[in-house]
Amino acid sequence: MDDKRARFEGQVLPHLDAAYRFARWLCYSPGDADDVVQEAVLRAFRGFDGLRGSDAKSWLLTIVRNCHLTAAKQTQRRAAVPLPEENDGQDASALVETAPGPEESTILSDQKKLLDKLIAGLPEEQRTVLMLREIEEMDYAQIAAVTQVPIGTVMSRLARSRAALKTRWLQTVEGEPRAVR
Amino acid sequence: MQCVESLRVQAYFDGEVDAVSASEIERHVEHCAECRALLQDLNVVRSALKDVAFAGTPASLRARVMRALDQEETDRERAGARPARATLPPFQRRPASFWTGALSGAGGFALAACLALFLLVPRFNDPLINDLVSSHVRSLMPDHLIDVVSSDRHTVKPWFAGHADVSPAVTDFESQGYRLVGGRADYVAHQRAAVIVYQHGAHTINVFSWAAADHRLPGNTTRSGYHLAFWQQGDIQYCAVSDTGWDELMGLVRLMRAT
Repeated sequence: MDDKRARFEGQVLPHLDAAYRFARWLCYSPGDADDVVQEAVLRAFRGFDGLRGSDAKSWLLTIVRNCHLTAAKQTQRRAAVPLPEENDGQDASALVETAPGPEESTILSDQKKLLDKLIAGLPEEQRTVLMLREIEEMDYAQIAAVTQVPIGTVMSRLARSRAALKTRWLQTVEGEPRAVR
Repeated sequence: MQCVESLRVQAYFDGEVDAVSASEIERHVEHCAECRALLQDLNVVRSALKDVAFAGTPASLRARVMRALDQEETDRERAGARPARATLPPFQRRPASFWTGALSGAGGFALAACLALFLLVPRFNDPLINDLVSSHVRSLMPDHLIDVVSSDRHTVKPWFAGHADVSPAVTDFESQGYRLVGGRADYVAHQRAAVIVYQHGAHTINVFSWAAADHRLPGNTTRSGYHLAFWQQGDIQYCAVSDTGWDELMGLVRLMRAT
């Protein structure tokens, strides 16, 4: 087997799931996320010799983000991109893996949907750092590398996104219990 | 208003500070009600996000990515960007003049040696490997994984007797982290193979087994991001396939070989 391909599959492809999750949070449509991930993996493969033992996950996610930005720019030129808030129920719920156990608590799945919607409503720069920290469990330095901003900015964005999410979460849960479908 | 220490408290929460700063911050939090509340909020958000389940990469996308990589490699070869590849290019692309030269005299012997090597070494495109990977990916699609759902080896083994051409030993290794979740019949190496399905963490491991024929087993390999480990016990050949790491996969193989 081609040595480069084998090394690439061993070092980079284990992070394919992380790349996909990240792309889904960035793109909001499964089709777009698929395209972004494929493009990112190809670019990563072409530039693989430049990786040299640095953190493969941060590196791949950085490429995913760059691909997303390029694709978003192209789309913007063609048509306006809908704001995340405008994508309701359908799109957002598609982000959540549906595990349709018949007895699964409706309350729980409602909460998941709600949370999903709240995250989708965050500005992209806040959503990105929050997902990288809480879902991908990256440290500040890794997040700074992926989002290409200083660590101080990572910290303030993280603080803002957490505060916003908590406020919205409490508002919805306490304000109108069970009203959100 | 936010306490000036709020970003440091957050950094403490995220495990980003050293021990000295950590004890400073802990002392601060004892006296600052605002930062105590902040820590609580950070915990609320973190535990709420734990409930959000994220979809893994769909098998179709994984396959698409692999095809794109194959294409990329082919293009690179065609463009001749890497003429010094270690492996021989497919021989139909060799110009005829090479063959006329090679077939004369001593070249003929070298050619024979090369051909022998080609026949002895399992090819890159070994159909068995392709079968196993396709079958593994198919099994991960909804409702294809398991025909007989059981963590009881006394249920799975007899089921194989009626549905597959071999009946391999079935053992549950739950205490070692490999939970038996069921079995399936599949078609591999031109036979009805018995597939034992294990769950290891979030990963599914399919262990294919079929009656040993003349087919020489390929060496362990990685294809399309899946690891394949082969072995033979008695007259049954086995292959464990998964996207776990090699260590985890070989752990199961060792356990199975020891039974």
